[in-house]
Amino acid sequence: MPTFEPWSAERTAQIISEYRGSEGPLLPILHAIAHAFGCVPEDAVPVVAHALNLSRAEVYGVVTFYHDFKPAPRGRRVLKLCRAEACQAAGGDALTARAEATLGVSIGETTPDRRVTLEPVYCLGLCATAPSAMLDDRVVGRLDETRLDALVAEAQR
Amino acid sequence: MSLRLFIPRDAGAVAVGADEVAAALLAAATKRNIDIEIIRTGSRGLYWLEPMVELSRPEGRIAFGPATAADAESLLDAMLANAGHSLRLGPAEGISWLKRQTRLTFARCGVIDPRSFEDYRAHGGTKGLERALSLGPQDTVERVFQSGLRGRGGAGFPTGIKWRTVAQTQAPRKHIVCNADEGDSGTFADRMIMEGDPFLLIEGMTIAGFATGASKGYIYIRSEYPHAITAMEAAIAAARRGGMLGNKIAGSDFAFDIEVRAGAGAYVCGEETSLLESIEGKRGIVRAKPPLPAHHGLFGRPTVINNVLSFAAVPLIVERGSAFYRDFGIGKSRGTMPIQLAGNVKYGGLFETAFGVTLGELVDDIGGGTFTGRPVRAVQVGGPLGAYFPRALFDTPFDYEAFAARDGLIGHGGIVVFDDSVNMAKQARFAMEFCAIESCGKCTPCRIGSTRGVEVLDRIIAGTDRAQNLSVLEDLCNTMKFGSLCALGGFTPYPVMSALTHFPEDFGAAPRRLQAAE
Repeated sequence: MPTFEPWSAERTAQIISEYRGSEGPLLPILHAIAHAFGCVPEDAVPVVAHALNLSRAEVYGVVTFYHDFKPAPRGRRVLKLCRAEACQAAGGDALTARAEATLGVSIGETTPDRRVTLEPVYCLGLCATAPSAMLDDRVVGRLDETRLDALVAEAQR
Repeated sequence: MSLRLFIPRDAGAVAVGADEVAAALLAAATKRNIDIEIIRTGSRGLYWLEPMVELSRPEGRIAFGPATAADAESLLDAMLANAGHSLRLGPAEGISWLKRQTRLTFARCGVIDPRSFEDYRAHGGTKGLERALSLGPQDTVERVFQSGLRGRGGAGFPTGIKWRTVAQTQAPRKHIVCNADEGDSGTFADRMIMEGDPFLLIEGMTIAGFATGASKGYIYIRSEYPHAITAMEAAIAAARRGGMLGNKIAGSDFAFDIEVRAGAGAYVCGEETSLLESIEGKRGIVRAKPPLPAHHGLFGRPTVINNVLSFAAVPLIVERGSAFYRDFGIGKSRGTMPIQLAGNVKYGGLFETAFGVTLGELVDDIGGGTFTGRPVRAVQVGGPLGAYFPRALFDTPFDYEAFAARDGLIGHGGIVVFDDSVNMAKQARFAMEFCAIESCGKCTPCRIGSTRGVEVLDRIIAGTDRAQNLSVLEDLCNTMKFGSLCALGGFTPYPVMSALTHFPEDFGAAPRRLQAAE
């Protein structure tokens, strides 16, 4: 389970300084911020913009363009279910519906107790062992009802 | 007694328990005081047999699979006694599914230790680069051009022309960019190479750098591939230590280095100009062409941008010569294509073969039909932007032009198999929905058209003014196809229109079946 630190301007400045020397440093910086804080908080935008001599609008535009950069932390565990064609063909839609029913949320939402965020992902490249999922950083293939239930239960623990 | 085992670290194998199997075998052997060495390889791509464990024997590697952690004790017994086991598959190289292939690009994948540069060299690696250094830049470009290699990312543009253009463009700095943003559902060949034979990609990019006069390479890997990112970074570090990257490569005066950049979950960044914008730290908005990336690419500098498989094909072409590669294949599709069988398929995995094999052979014979045991109704070839083919078109040979002639594309070589429970109107709707989610927003046909497409399809599915809405849908697809800036909006009509053309009954329209011999 990943652990994140609370956002701080000092830590953000430290991250920026690590990547500043490279060409096109914005995405690596945003990834490092997301890795440290679990999200790219709005407060980070002016700090990054100032350091890279960009406008806040430019940085905000980049942050909001990419699915990976969330404005607020997600649940304690993130369960991604693949929603793309290969997993659809292998029965993925029914499994998503089952996960939604068990967790009581729709895909894209976080449970009220903040334990689990259920997210769609469009392809994990595990298409020959579909349907596939990813719990935090762990990949899981050949999902069926039993394996999915175990995965959801693990996420809820 | 000592045992030497090979177990994949490939994400596809790990997803079905390869780590657990490796840990259980290690624990069981330790308990019995057996000396055991476990080498984590890539996958050979026979995914229905994963996790596959291979035992090193004097006569070659003996494969067992699909293994579970619970099989560890009995597997050890069978391995120590060289006795039979229900999971024993015999010599790995002798498995017919593997034997039938022509593995040029994937020859080492699943065989070598992807963290060991020495192992790469021991299995014939770096020969292409050494040959390039002795041939000189111009002849290297010529070899790639003469081989007939076309971009394996999907567009099929001749790789040699891109290289020649960059080589002929004068600039103080040039770049090599590898597009490893393999976002198409049903494709995983790039991931397998990066996890199973990453030095091959490094070698291909280094040759490109030498041939075109570039000094810096970037590999843009999607963030959905954390295992590939780790594997590539480890391999780059090992290649630097081994002298295949850095200053004075292989004793020459040529200097080249590579950096990995992670994507951030945007499908459109698989489009080359959008990918360049993303590396530059911008929104992944598609650029209008011209100027071509070969003239004005990354950071405004001349840039070769190719797919993982294109770079990975290069070392062998340079080492063995253009004719060797060109002799495989048919028509204007030369060489081999790593084809990926996915979705509801019995024998799913990576099948590399010369162009020309028919779709029917791939799906029914090699793929073995569906794993649900139900009849195959449709296959989508070439990812989310590829057409759905019915059984009636299963005689189509795997070839860029043959697929284009039937309003389809081979794309990155992925085939997703669906059984007869599929609803093709739903699949058409998904294609529009996916385009709406992933559109970069620059051009109107894609940005607005995809959302209107979802709405029109919803009305068709609900049975509202069906005839009128079907003609609106056709019109909309036409606008998107000819009016979009890139393949996302431009190709989304392929899955939509092919579903409608070949499976009209799912849209509530009268069937107009195709004949096989059309």
